[in-house]
Amino acid sequence: MADQPLVNVTIDGMPVGVPAGTPIIEAAKRAGVLVPHYCYHPSLPSPAVCRMCLVEVEKMPKLAPACVTTVAEGQVIHVNSAKAKAARQGVLEFLLINHPLDCPICDQAGECELQDYVFQEGRSGTRYEEYAKRYNPVEDFGPDILYVANRCILCTRCVRFMDDVAKTPVLNVSERGDRAFIGIDESQLLDHPWAGNVVDLCPVGSLLSKDFLHKARAWDLDKSASICPGCTQGCNVNLDTRDDVVVRIRPRPNLEVNRHFICDTGRQDYRWLNRGDRIEAPLVREDGRLAATDWDTALDHVAALLESRPGPAVLLASGRAGTESLGLVKRLLGTRTHVAAVKVPIGDEAPLPGVPNLALRRERVPNLRGAELLGYTADWKRALSALPEAGLILVLDADLDVDEQAMLERASGAVVWFGTVLSDAWRRADAVLPVTNMAEENGTYVNRDGRVQRYHQAKGPVGMARPAWWAAGEVLLGRGPNPTAPATGEEAFALLGESWPAFAGLTYAELGYTGRVLGSVPAAEVTA
Amino acid sequence: MTHSNATPLEAEAYEPVFTGETLKRLEALYPKYPTKQALLLPALWLVQEARGWVSEAAMGEVGTVLGLTPAYVKGVVTFYTMYHTHPVGRHFIQVCTTSPCGLCGAEDTLQAILRESGCGQLGATSADGRFTVVEVECLGACGFATPIIVDEDFIESVTPERVPGILARYQ
Amino acid sequence: MGYPHPSHPRETVVLSKHFGDPAARTFQGWVQRGGYQAIRKALELGREPLIEMVKQSGLRGRGGAGFPTGLKWSFMPKDDGRPHYLVCNADESEPGTFKDREIMRWTPHQLIEGCLIEAFAIRAERVYIFVRGEFTEVFPILERALQEAREAGAVGQNIFGSGVNVDIVVHRGAGAYICGEETAMLNALEGKRGNPRIKPPFPAQAGAFGMPTTVNNVETLAATPHIVNNGAEWYKGLSLGNPKSTGTKLFSVCGHVQRPGNYELTMGFPMKDLIHDLAGGMRPGRTLKAVIPGGSSVPILTAEEAEKCLMDYESIAEQGSMLGSGGMIVMDDSTDMVKTIWRYTKFYAHESCAQCTQCREGTSWTARVLERIIAGQGKPSDLDLLLDLADNMTGKTICVLSDSCAAPVVSGIKKFRAEFDAYLSGSRAPALQAV
Repeated sequence: MADQPLVNVTIDGMPVGVPAGTPIIEAAKRAGVLVPHYCYHPSLPSPAVCRMCLVEVEKMPKLAPACVTTVAEGQVIHVNSAKAKAARQGVLEFLLINHPLDCPICDQAGECELQDYVFQEGRSGTRYEEYAKRYNPVEDFGPDILYVANRCILCTRCVRFMDDVAKTPVLNVSERGDRAFIGIDESQLLDHPWAGNVVDLCPVGSLLSKDFLHKARAWDLDKSASICPGCTQGCNVNLDTRDDVVVRIRPRPNLEVNRHFICDTGRQDYRWLNRGDRIEAPLVREDGRLAATDWDTALDHVAALLESRPGPAVLLASGRAGTESLGLVKRLLGTRTHVAAVKVPIGDEAPLPGVPNLALRRERVPNLRGAELLGYTADWKRALSALPEAGLILVLDADLDVDEQAMLERASGAVVWFGTVLSDAWRRADAVLPVTNMAEENGTYVNRDGRVQRYHQAKGPVGMARPAWWAAGEVLLGRGPNPTAPATGEEAFALLGESWPAFAGLTYAELGYTGRVLGSVPAAEVTA
Repeated sequence: MTHSNATPLEAEAYEPVFTGETLKRLEALYPKYPTKQALLLPALWLVQEARGWVSEAAMGEVGTVLGLTPAYVKGVVTFYTMYHTHPVGRHFIQVCTTSPCGLCGAEDTLQAILRESGCGQLGATSADGRFTVVEVECLGACGFATPIIVDEDFIESVTPERVPGILARYQ
Repeated sequence: MGYPHPSHPRETVVLSKHFGDPAARTFQGWVQRGGYQAIRKALELGREPLIEMVKQSGLRGRGGAGFPTGLKWSFMPKDDGRPHYLVCNADESEPGTFKDREIMRWTPHQLIEGCLIEAFAIRAERVYIFVRGEFTEVFPILERALQEAREAGAVGQNIFGSGVNVDIVVHRGAGAYICGEETAMLNALEGKRGNPRIKPPFPAQAGAFGMPTTVNNVETLAATPHIVNNGAEWYKGLSLGNPKSTGTKLFSVCGHVQRPGNYELTMGFPMKDLIHDLAGGMRPGRTLKAVIPGGSSVPILTAEEAEKCLMDYESIAEQGSMLGSGGMIVMDDSTDMVKTIWRYTKFYAHESCAQCTQCREGTSWTARVLERIIAGQGKPSDLDLLLDLADNMTGKTICVLSDSCAAPVVSGIKKFRAEFDAYLSGSRAPALQAV
């Protein structure tokens, strides 16, 4: 990258050097200047139709569309000159003549690019008075998507996404001129496994998710950078929460993993994060019955169990557990012979053809690779078959079906259950520790390409739940005169390197928001 | 607007257009274009020639034959004004009213045609199903005002006086 | 010739010599009239000398842009090994223009020969003649002419025994003025919506099906056999005004004249004479008010300005308009300028492809404002609004359709303001019912 000769331009007075072939709109980002735009998107081909991104380039007779005009040496570019601003104001006025004033009832309000730019540089009043606005009815495009035609600004991002990225041309532009709208053929609805992305791509409230319809206002939402827990792809997402409830998952850009997209399966699978049927307190078995107690008592009890039950162990873990939790819980096994396994439900693969190496993966857990690096196997059956001989059985929030529950019932070893939700399966346990789910803690997942990525806490824990890595850490290192148990996810992560060299030397700071591939060049040597 | 207004005609069994002679004519065009997609406009003309209009089912058939989605075909059909997306009268009349013809009496000619055909209104089909009249943009015969097209006949210099005689030729 | 009228002695009849003569449509008929000599000469001359000859002749695109033709041909790559295409633009839809239909329906072989010459020059083995769907009369005539030409070995493999292959295909448009824009035409050819493309890339680099392509107008192509037959100097010599405008042009005169028709004139011919002499002048009792010299997309000229013009690119530009397609719309004092301009804006609003915001919304808004004005519901601020909209619609879009909508509005308000004011003040009765 450093070898490519750079093209030097000046944008709004800021000099910047970018590789040849860079469009002005991207060069402007490097200069810290946002060129307002609608139809342009870094993951879609550029048609230059919205005309919002027109900028003034000295010595060029006409304003140039920044999304398709590439930089040339020595160009002096003005994004915020009077001419460019007047052109943008013109586009905004034209967009508003037919766009209804739906803000009070429109889901997009608060995260709407039309609102944003009009507020920033539009006219304060319309000159389109006493004329009727074009009217088209709302259309149901398919499983999750509504098309509110009146609000559409015809940026065609949705059409280009389905054509060029999903490679399934089920959306079109119908009619011509100001009669145009986005059309669909009723024989082929918008049910592509990645179709939900058109809702994010739509700059206004024209394409809407039925799931999110009228659910929450954008300004009431808190956003947390997280990782989709749906499969081993590890798409970067934001969890949007309101009042400690996850109401939406949306993609977060990561050019190395998922670009700007997530699949519909991941998008719609967030309700389990809000489950209310949670284990609310640590439980220990006394006199044959499980009774609620405080954490100290419970942790002491677990430590005692570990000491008193030698022999082989079985660790049954959920593939949704974070790397820190998987690692520290496994360390509880000490030097015993053991089988540690993650349960991996399998589904159909659904690639997004226009992006290399991006698909809804068959392995529907986010941390299979992380588990494997820590010595877990995906051979669930093998783990189950080791249950009868096991002196100690640890369960890390695994979801056991009826048969697996029965096998656990029949086993004679001591069972310590780290769990999130209530179930019948742990009634056999000797100790039950309430743990947080991935939205309630800081942790990491390692995706199928070996990329370690952080997920950030999005909502508070339920009841007395704590992260599993915390509980295990307390048992391992929190007893005795010099407790060194990790208090944060960051500290827990740092401990992994002690037992598993793959993680040695990595810190949360290095992972940042886009993660780091294990074994890749250390952070200090990678250029920006 | 789109599928919500599907006509009841769709409920009847659809007879494919591209069989026999029509299919041969389409196939004869294959070597003339490097892509199948380029056959779309010619294929749609063949459909309209055979059926008088291009139904949603026909759009689906064209899509299947050429390897294009129905939505894609529909996007193209609705762009071009000469493809009818609903049935029209036995004879379709296009009258130019753009300004050069407007200067030369196109409005009067148009009114005469609307009266004489029995259509009364633009876009309407006459009660006897004989005519549909539409207003179109410049037909490229401005020196021969007012030009009209009836079916595939391009007729120049139509004045209100000539209208009855012209329409009588089309039963 | 001033078809449908007999040739006027002041015309320079080259392209239009055989308009009105059905016998000219056949292959034999055309050969008898001197046809298919030029292509043989061109094949012998060779590609580079041929292109140079066309450059020297000064021939400029006759569709409206006036781009130097020889220069356009020279943009095509020479040794790239990819298929090249020639697309003949027969989508004539510019209001006021009606010359290409005449060339095709009377002298199809003149066009075919021009296509062969250019295809040879630019190394194209396939020519698409894109004819607008409404030219129903032209299709059977053109297909029959091509059939005869194929049978005579003039079109197809090994034309005239030269070893050069040129196949010609007629592609029917389906009703869209915007397909006259060269990149929109390429999209329509490829089976897509007729949306203009952003340039670069230019058609000579990536045109039809992504391959090097040149698009030329019917009249431009029809001129090339005559240039080859008579030489560049001859064509260059046909110039009465600025030496940068050479050869003859078919001027389609329509509107308020006694003899509307196509008049073939040497470039630089006085506009005054064309209107008042050749085209028969005004109707009895009428005086000239306004002229649109080159199709509705160019600014309107007042009678005074028009009568100062010579019919060439430079002189008309000096008077503030453009030669364009040469579609001349003549308006006498009976014309309601505001209503006429309104109808033009309705045309552009109907034909907008919908890509660019300014065009999609601006053309309709402009038409609506004008509609209210002629319905007697206009406001004094409407004129400034129209001018501001026109400014927002000019120089900011992928193609110039929205600029074309603005042109008659701006020139109309500037030069015929009193007529607008008459509607606004109520001193002129509304021409439409209230909206």
